Amino acid sequence: MREEIIISGRLNPNIDPHLTIWHWHIPLYLFLGGLAAGILFFASLYVVLGKENQFRGAVRRAPVIVPLLLIIGLLALFLDLRHKPYFWQLYTTIKIQSPMSWGAWVLMAVTPLSFVWVAIHIREYLPKWEWKWMIFRELEKFFVKYKLYLAWALLFLSTILGIYTGILFSAFNARPLWNTSILGPLFLTSGLSAGAAVIILFSKRKGERVNFAKIDIMLIGIELFLIVHMFMGFLASTEVQIEAANLFLGGPYTAPFWIFVVIIGMILPAVLEFLEIRKFHIPHVIPVVLVLFGSLMLRFIFAYAGQLSRWLY
Amino acid sequence: MRYAMAIDTRKCVGCSDCVVACQTENNVPIGYCRDWVVEVTDGTYPQLEIEIRSERCNHCENSPCVRCCPTGASHYEAGGLVLVTPHKCIGCGACVVSCPYDARYSHPDGYVDKCTFCMHRIQKGQQPACVEVCPTKCMYFGDLDDPNSDVSRVLKKRKFKTLIPEAGTKPHVYYLI
Ligand code: SF4
Ligand code: SF4
Repeated sequence: MREEIIISGRLNPNIDPHLTIWHWHIPLYLFLGGLAAGILFFASLYVVLGKENQFRGAVRRAPVIVPLLLIIGLLALFLDLRHKPYFWQLYTTIKIQSPMSWGAWVLMAVTPLSFVWVAIHIREYLPKWEWKWMIFRELEKFFVKYKLYLAWALLFLSTILGIYTGILFSAFNARPLWNTSILGPLFLTSGLSAGAAVIILFSKRKGERVNFAKIDIMLIGIELFLIVHMFMGFLASTEVQIEAANLFLGGPYTAPFWIFVVIIGMILPAVLEFLEIRKFHIPHVIPVVLVLFGSLMLRFIFAYAGQLSRWLY
Repeated sequence: MRYAMAIDTRKCVGCSDCVVACQTENNVPIGYCRDWVVEVTDGTYPQLEIEIRSERCNHCENSPCVRCCPTGASHYEAGGLVLVTPHKCIGCGACVVSCPYDARYSHPDGYVDKCTFCMHRIQKGQQPACVEVCPTKCMYFGDLDDPNSDVSRVLKKRKFKTLIPEAGTKPHVYYLI
């Protein structure tokens, strides 16, 4: 038996009795970042593929919410900072080894580009729209002319943004649950799946909805595969990682993870989407909401469970 | 120059004088601390073994806290000290999460704080407050590159360990066993 106690009464808030320095802000920020990345990925992908007209929901309609998602996400990140007046220090250096740093810079690039994307597609919602100032008209002309380049840039940046939402966690070797390279692809896939789901909601064309339902089912399949792989990796690893996996395999996060994330957030919506494709009548908003819920819960559960996991010494 | 500390787990009685000395010396806000004392009991009754350790930031040579800091507020100072510059710190908490030893805390003023090896004292040639005050004289401080420093000499004589060496942080606080 081994028992370890702190006898001098260390009671640093946010650390004792266990680490909880990150609350709801970070998982919400990562969810919104991942969702925005997912929507932008498909929007730019279909422009690059030259299929803009078949996939108007993805290219023109869904991205309208992206700037809002990113702004709320950044606001959540800002609220999480405890030394707020100094937040601008984030933008005084680029530190490649710090995911927090390059994530902030990627967002700095993606956010304005997402505004541009919405602006050049504004007539999808407001057909009679005319920019009041000449400069906007000129800018619009410029971006429409170089839209393909814009799409390539967004395709690249949104992939990085999606992976970043996972790497922010996996870069911490102090928290064994997070310290797995599967987290990058897993969170990217989860963001893409959430993005595909939102596009289903925005799309007006049945064919496009079916296409994205198929994509979503595939992405959910990949997510399940990655989750199984992650646990296989943990269980074949060192004691600390076995302990970390046990948080989900009998420990306190077992029920929330398997019920909310895997069953309600992945398997159920995949089944509903499958039935929908098979022409059963299911309101498509139901699987969409479930996928979004699952994606959000994945971030929350990983954020909190990761802070419970630690080295033993 | 590489500053390091060696702490004798066989002499430490867990009186917590080092904790109080640090709080006083460094004006640590009430309810927080930069160092702390851990008691580990190992074995089954009646074969029990106790180890008492005074712990603090290890001023790691390969520190994840410096690596993950987005602003450079967490940095290496001369002598391998790992320090935080308050006016550069945005309080994102990444370094708190990154430390395998939970050695950092969020200061009520917003920035992140931790042990500095009493840099202001060692610059004047004094010992860190905890080392100075320990009634059993169980702590040794000095420069690893100087073979005659207290810490180099005791590490030559005694067996020692570091905490979680498998985390790859290369700690600069050694525990004599
Ligand atoms: S003990 Fe923690 S805070 Fe100190 S240098 Fe090492 S990783 Fe950083
Ligand atoms: S809390 Fe401060 S010192 Fe720590 S990583 Fe963030 S900016 Fe750097």
